[in-house]
Amino acid sequence: MSAIERLKGKRAEWRAAAEKVKDKPAKFGPDVDLSTFIDPAERPEVATLKSLDNQMREAALYAGVDADETYRSGSYFQVDHTPIYRKVQEAYEGQLEIMSTNEALEKYEWVQDLWWTAVPVDQDKYTAKAEMEHTGGYFIHVFPGQKIEKPIQACLLLAENNVSQNVHNMIVVDEGADCQIITGCTVNTKVEHGIHLGISEFFVRKNASMMFTMIHNWAESFDVRPRSGTIIEENATFINNYILMKPVRSIQMFPAAYLNGDNSRARFNTIISGKKDSYIDVGSKAVLKGKDTSAESIARTVGYDESQIYARGDLISYVNESKAHLDCRGMLFSDKAQIWAIPALAAVGAPQAELSHEAAISPIAEEEVEYLQTRGLTKDEAMSTITRGFLNIDIPGLPPVLKTYIDHVLDAADKEAL
Amino acid sequence: MLEIKNLSASIAGKPILDKVNLTINKGEIHALLGPNGSGKTTLLMVIMGMPRYEVTAGTITFQGKDITNATIDERARAGIGLAFQRPPVVRGVTTRQMVEICSGVKDEGKTMALAERLNLVPMLDRDINQGFSGGEAKRAEMLQLLAQNPDFAMFDEPESGVDLDNMAIVGGAMAEILETKEMRRTGDRNKAGLIVTHTGHILEFVNADFGHIFMHGSIVCNGNPRDLFAEIRENGYEECVRCNKCQQ
Repeated sequence: MSAIERLKGKRAEWRAAAEKVKDKPAKFGPDVDLSTFIDPAERPEVATLKSLDNQMREAALYAGVDADETYRSGSYFQVDHTPIYRKVQEAYEGQLEIMSTNEALEKYEWVQDLWWTAVPVDQDKYTAKAEMEHTGGYFIHVFPGQKIEKPIQACLLLAENNVSQNVHNMIVVDEGADCQIITGCTVNTKVEHGIHLGISEFFVRKNASMMFTMIHNWAESFDVRPRSGTIIEENATFINNYILMKPVRSIQMFPAAYLNGDNSRARFNTIISGKKDSYIDVGSKAVLKGKDTSAESIARTVGYDESQIYARGDLISYVNESKAHLDCRGMLFSDKAQIWAIPALAAVGAPQAELSHEAAISPIAEEEVEYLQTRGLTKDEAMSTITRGFLNIDIPGLPPVLKTYIDHVLDAADKEAL
Repeated sequence: MLEIKNLSASIAGKPILDKVNLTINKGEIHALLGPNGSGKTTLLMVIMGMPRYEVTAGTITFQGKDITNATIDERARAGIGLAFQRPPVVRGVTTRQMVEICSGVKDEGKTMALAERLNLVPMLDRDINQGFSGGEAKRAEMLQLLAQNPDFAMFDEPESGVDLDNMAIVGGAMAEILETKEMRRTGDRNKAGLIVTHTGHILEFVNADFGHIFMHGSIVCNGNPRDLFAEIRENGYEECVRCNKCQQ
């Protein structure tokens, strides 16, 4: 039986499971009516990212995806439902592969076997729709032992109004491999309304390492429901950086890292700026199952205007030899905004597990603002500098190219806010 | 350069400064001596324009302009600088950034050269004052003032919490900021300064031209700073109140 024929059988199983939850709302966040979205037209593939129109290039760049691919090892670009570009740079051929997940499912039976193993297909109506109306997504596979110095980039862009982009992504970093991935999820400036359902299943194999950085740039009437799970094997490391700086109608996600392998490590770094009437419910969950595992979750949130931010963080340990810490801090700049910091720790049958958290919501200290004013900054400039510094998470091992890129995103958002 | 007339100020309704009069001309270095809690730091904070202090009477004139109601940053940009006794930690803002803010430009070479002189290179990329020792915090204040290059610099207890080695570095930097290193004569200098000290040790490194005893929110005695200190060492601050010579 070919992989394609096998896939038909698998699809039937997944869809049957999805069908059962197609009306099941998510545990958190406002419920979104999924019946109103349209199917967009297919788009032609492009030969190079430079040939994209200016608007798309700009939207992508703002989300960290560079059309000039000099400092990237490979790229994937999807517009609405159509994967329009994927390329591995010549120097990296034979070290990694990039394609759409539709292609990967047809090509590899092992991809079918991994499908829906890090995220349950029957989680809620959003996972169900992503299965029943699957519209692409990236598949990135770094081959065993390969150290990819330049980041791999993927862009999921919405160019049409009122579209539901139902992508299902998969990244497999094979044994002993090492990579950094930048994902930009963004919209063209004319897009106001739509939904992005992004399933992401990541597998960090034994002795492998992956730094995943995702920037979300959405629109004010846009809903976003990502569902992510990462399975981390023995001696492997997973670092997840997430940045949201622009307004969105609602976003709800709770990415999970399953530290299954002994001595595996995970770290979540989350930077959120809530603007206008954005409803943001973003968490991170670390499930420690292997011996000597460790996890850290750092979140910095700032709330402006009438935004509501729910910053969740779950640390769950099933083993004695494990450590995890959560550090969640928020600053509120409006008497109509809300920040809820909701840490949860659980040691399950593991009395020696060390789990801790510190959560704080506090204003900018006046004496800090005044201190900067004595050096010549206006009050507004001083507050902006301190806020920018507050969001500046120190990410150990962050490569210079990624640091520059994150700084660029934060600076750009900062300038826009001013 | 700086003229303070009949200045009274309070904090949270409690009067702290009472009819302070002080004139500091270009080139002059003044030392403000006084016991703890006498209001010396408050005077510096009021000159700098800190909003939690309310000016209830009097005026502050700087370079001929009334700055009594100016904001902190307006005063800083006009040429007033302040080295804090206990500077706050500002998380996420590095020492390097502070130097760039003070100098108004990003000049890697200049920043590095200043940091090397003050032995602060390892602190450049750390959050300002985060985990700094007493000496490091004082040197970081000097680093910023050297970058800011104010016409009128105020120093709040620059020797407190500082060992002798660090005091020499801090004193050297103060002398440079106040131009007393190269230009020993008052008339040659373009800068002026006000140094708050209750031990007087820092005056061994920076030569002050005028001294004032500050008690109970007022200047109670004026004179040569060294003579004033000798008197205080011998008879204590209370003698200044009893003596009352300066007020006559």
